[in-house]
Amino acid sequence: MATQNPATRKAAIVGGNRIPFARSNSAYAQASNQDMLTATLDGLVARFGLQGESVGEVVAGAVLKHARDFNLTRESVLGSRLAPTTPAYDVQQACGTGLEAAILVANKIALGQIESGIAGGVDTTSDAPLAVSDDLRRVLISLNNAKTVQDRLKALARIRPGMIAPDMPRNAEPRTGLAMGDHAAITAKEWQIGREEQDELAARSHRNMAAAYDRGFFDDLVTPFLGLARDNNVRPDSSVEKLAKLKPVFGKGDPDATMTAGNSTPLTDGASAVLLASDEWAEAKGLPVLAHLVDAQTAAVDYVHGGEGLLMAPVYAVPVLLARNGLSLQDFDFYEIHEAFASTVLATMKAWEDPAYCKEKLGLDAPLGSIDRAKLNVHGSSLAAGHPFAATGGRIVASLAKTLHEAGPGKRGLISICAAGGQGVVAVLES
Amino acid sequence: MADWYTNFANSGLGTTITKQLGLPRPAELRRYEPGEPLLPGPVVVGSAGQGRLRDTVTAVLRDAGVTVQSPVTADGGTDGEKPGAVVLDATGLTGPADLAAAHDFLAPAIKRLRRSGRVLVLADPPSDADSPAQAAARQAVDGLVRSIAKELLNGSTANAVYVPEGAEGSLASPLRFFLSGRSAYVDGQLLTLSAADVPAGEDDGKPLAGRVAVVTGAARGIGAAIAKVMARDGAHVVAVDIPAAGDNLASVANEIGGTAFQLDITADDAPQRLVEHLRERHGGVDVVVHNAGITRDKLLVNMDAARWNTVMAVNLQAQLDLTQALLDADGVLKPDARIVCVSSQSGIAGNRGQTNYAASKAGVIGMVRAWAPEFAKRGATINAVAPGFIVTEMTAKMPFGTREIGSRINSLQQGGLPVDVAETIAWLSQPGSAGVNGQTVRVCGQSLLGA
Repeated sequence: MATQNPATRKAAIVGGNRIPFARSNSAYAQASNQDMLTATLDGLVARFGLQGESVGEVVAGAVLKHARDFNLTRESVLGSRLAPTTPAYDVQQACGTGLEAAILVANKIALGQIESGIAGGVDTTSDAPLAVSDDLRRVLISLNNAKTVQDRLKALARIRPGMIAPDMPRNAEPRTGLAMGDHAAITAKEWQIGREEQDELAARSHRNMAAAYDRGFFDDLVTPFLGLARDNNVRPDSSVEKLAKLKPVFGKGDPDATMTAGNSTPLTDGASAVLLASDEWAEAKGLPVLAHLVDAQTAAVDYVHGGEGLLMAPVYAVPVLLARNGLSLQDFDFYEIHEAFASTVLATMKAWEDPAYCKEKLGLDAPLGSIDRAKLNVHGSSLAAGHPFAATGGRIVASLAKTLHEAGPGKRGLISICAAGGQGVVAVLES
Repeated sequence: MADWYTNFANSGLGTTITKQLGLPRPAELRRYEPGEPLLPGPVVVGSAGQGRLRDTVTAVLRDAGVTVQSPVTADGGTDGEKPGAVVLDATGLTGPADLAAAHDFLAPAIKRLRRSGRVLVLADPPSDADSPAQAAARQAVDGLVRSIAKELLNGSTANAVYVPEGAEGSLASPLRFFLSGRSAYVDGQLLTLSAADVPAGEDDGKPLAGRVAVVTGAARGIGAAIAKVMARDGAHVVAVDIPAAGDNLASVANEIGGTAFQLDITADDAPQRLVEHLRERHGGVDVVVHNAGITRDKLLVNMDAARWNTVMAVNLQAQLDLTQALLDADGVLKPDARIVCVSSQSGIAGNRGQTNYAASKAGVIGMVRAWAPEFAKRGATINAVAPGFIVTEMTAKMPFGTREIGSRINSLQQGGLPVDVAETIAWLSQPGSAGVNGQTVRVCGQSLLGA
């Protein structure tokens, strides 16, 4: 008879750390992914006294990666105060990367394969990888392979001025050529998401996050980096009136376009990390257990030909997760719906309330129903903090775990993160 | 590490120039290095009066591996190696006439003292004297020691410890401190001991082993030095500073294997958060160093309320609130806890443009004195350390002249280093320092300010 795995256990979330998120080309313009991830790990090490410790595994990733960022997470571990004997690997699932990393670590803990682990993510749009054109790249490769001076000169002679322009990275879906915001604009229009409700959601995100900073909520979640102590995107004085003055930036050519720079998340640089462990490991180290990662689910939609919006996959993932855990959408004390765009959050909630959609698309007998808005993104989310793609999951998991812990035992939270490529990653946390 | 002038004055050319111009010649001070002996040479022990402490002193020194020499005779007769320290047991003085013996013993012994030598005088406190003549003799020790400190050269220091009847058992830790390199910049000071239960068998190499120490303002400067010295002495350091200084704080914590705790100590819920953190993560705390402090200098007549209030809130009120919360929280403050509060020379001498700062730092001294009896009941202590001119990033920003004068007008003719303050705090934090309570120890090189 084969040896059986021990009974599964729920992974504990011990705490987290992130650096403040910075708008693209601001405070972290000169920092690399590796710099930011290393600093974030070191902040976590300092918070929990892990100097020289070997944790079971560090799992992190970045969405925008340089070729030199090969083995990014392991290299960051080697640059950090963690023991060099800590294994690490990279994952990438667009904006779902950070949460996916946490799920991977939690699952290994659940199976008893590791006792502790760190999940994280990092991204920079300031230090984005810049590629040369395919034509120039071929010339440079033959130049490198050339054995004689003559061959080298021959290769160089093939360079034409037109090849020199770099291949700029674009925030666009490869299969549609549309920017994520343009995709979201289509969904917003489909679901008739109004401008004012988007601006309201955005203003509330800023106010919630500013208030959380002011009461010290982020004191044990954020470590300053390069002179920045708070996310530099947060606007405590944000209001619907101010946001109403902005011009739409997505949904070009549409006179009724609603999505502005104010109700969409700006490109941001940053990194985050979460420390997960078995209850026993945490107790032996005298570390707190803020919450447990109960269960998680991913989903994808065919946004290319399936007539579904690019960012609607979490809408499909959540009912699967709820059914498996015998929960209804209302059985939560807090909801963290990633604010890639205000319209995405609103469309997601509207879809869950829509009987026809829930029946036809999600195959449910009844709609999931509505969410108590007072429980939604109570400490702000991506609209206020900014959204360094792979770093978002770590920010949300750590913040929600702390929120649940503060609320007391037995509280439950739902995380829903939409991701490029028509994907969604969702999870349930419980204190 | 010393300041530029000390380095210069000790260089070949600098020695010549400073001698010829009659400029101050600050010595390179002997500072504690783990593993080094307590003193580089023997100790001469002598007495004036009846001297009830000679046996205790001799035993402590022998335990520390130090050779004890007999007094040197006035006619210059020597007893081998040059002494690293001179200890005078002046307990049991009955009147001024007894002090002649002090002169007889000290003069020849001090003449032979090594560089960075130590003079320590032990006496009974004047406050418990039976007669005016006895009080006069005891008080005379004060003037005697302060003057010796001013006469000594080459980085040597002189201090006194008043040992009341019954406090003999508390003497070992202060004796070792004042003779060691830990007290390099403590000069011309008079400490009064009290009777206490002193734990036996302390490991001098790691006197803080197994103890949890909180250090506020640990992200840089003196606070970072305190954190490092506490960790070197074996403590697990919970390094506390404001969230905005969190990156430096994390570096300090990572360097010393401690933990970083970002906390604004003036926040309403700061005492509660500190208590919870210590209870949850460490099961309590053994040592608390209230180091965090700020300056908002301005002449009193030009000072706005904000400058006054923020300095008071950080430098004094937070120390009161955090300490009270720790006292109130059941079981969090360990029975033999040590609290060390950072005051300042400004709090003793006053300083132009620093009414708010000096008031807050003087307040710390009053607080420590008032709380001492309550701490003593628990077997705990609370003391203050008052740094003088310490060479830090902050003093580096001072105008050249002010900085140079500030650092020279003391008996050691140089500024102290953050580590000097840290060593004194670490010593007060030791379990063996149970007999030092309610005191304010100046780390100022016997500065003329507030002397």
